[in-house]
Amino acid sequence: MKLKGLYSSQLDVSKALTEIENDRTKADRIINSMPEREYFVIGVTGSPGSGKSTLTDYLASLSAENSRTAVVAIDPSSPFTGGAFLGDRIRMKRSTRDERVFVRSMASRGNVGGLSPSIYDTVEFLGRSGFDNIFVETVGAGQSETDIENLADLVILVLAPGLGDDVQTMKAGIMEIGDVFVVNKMDIAGASQLAARVKAILEMSGKSIPVLLTNSISGAGIEELHTVIGDSLVDLQKTGKIEEMRNRRTLYHKLNSVYQIIKEDFAESVKLEGLLRYLLEKSGRLSN
Amino acid sequence: MMKRIKVLVAKPGLDGHDRGAKVVSMALRDAGMEVIYTGLRQSPAEVVKAALQEDVDVIGLSILSGAHMKICERILSLMKDAGISDKPVFVGGIIPEDDAQELKKAGIFQVFGPGTPLKDIVSSIKEIYEAQRTV
Repeated sequence: MKLKGLYSSQLDVSKALTEIENDRTKADRIINSMPEREYFVIGVTGSPGSGKSTLTDYLASLSAENSRTAVVAIDPSSPFTGGAFLGDRIRMKRSTRDERVFVRSMASRGNVGGLSPSIYDTVEFLGRSGFDNIFVETVGAGQSETDIENLADLVILVLAPGLGDDVQTMKAGIMEIGDVFVVNKMDIAGASQLAARVKAILEMSGKSIPVLLTNSISGAGIEELHTVIGDSLVDLQKTGKIEEMRNRRTLYHKLNSVYQIIKEDFAESVKLEGLLRYLLEKSGRLSN
Repeated sequence: MMKRIKVLVAKPGLDGHDRGAKVVSMALRDAGMEVIYTGLRQSPAEVVKAALQEDVDVIGLSILSGAHMKICERILSLMKDAGISDKPVFVGGIIPEDDAQELKKAGIFQVFGPGTPLKDIVSSIKEIYEAQRTV
């Protein structure tokens, strides 16, 4: 497998990704040395265990039929030890056996929005390296991990039956960000009812968003989802909305860089936690 | 962002006993490492592909099938082809002492048998990681 562009082999891509993940300055240097290039970012988000990895795996292998495809799968870092158990590859049997798909796991490293600190650099690098479709799977999202909205051109929100009644689907946050809603595990009781509830809620807010039923193990509904994604990307290009998305990604890329500088350098230098404790004491709340 | 030790824990071959691999993975995670677990029944090519794409610092293989000689030989050879033979490989499982010596001669960095304290595995990985970084 050969990739066009500056980084011509998987090993080079892989080593560069390590530098990008661990060193902001090197990341800038590497990315700036490569010509800009157009690519798509497809975000996959949803609660833990809803089937994001299996679904991403399926979609990535379909995408690889005619586009150069990469997958970045993010799992949480421990807030206590900094360690992480990255288990997304386990579910990605198609992609990990497919020479054409490049799969990379990343730890969230203290980021709370569902992504990792270097995700913007990572995606931009992969795009410039010659990948056309980049799937980003977020950490298992709760209700408010919505950062993927700023990164991806298209967000697939994966739901599964058995996680609550229709009040859950009315809450603000993650239910507001999907461009395509998927009710996975359609073989489990309650799946079609959930799809109907989601459709009803989306109609209430006046949105015409596709809601699809899938089974990412048997493959039922996946081809249809693949087609919907392809059509949506074509629509984004036709309507010129893709430019908006790309501009927004560039903006958030910059904002994220500044945010990471504040978080790492500034927070460390002033010992932010110490400052917060001091303010708490001042406000008298610690003694109460 | 601080670099963390990235470890691939893989189960090559056909045995389905993954308790050991999981226990070790959790110990490495709790020691602050980023652990990528491949899941069961991986071919040598899949293991090497994962190590290549993830650019891990260390590879750990859990083998309880008895096929460790053949599997390790194949993995080491594929790693060479992929240009990643500099990555140290650890093997855990039921490995007879004679075989363990052979494996080390063939290029396996360390072999951990049953009963190895988890802290020994952690410190062994930290040592080789530090040693490689200072080269």
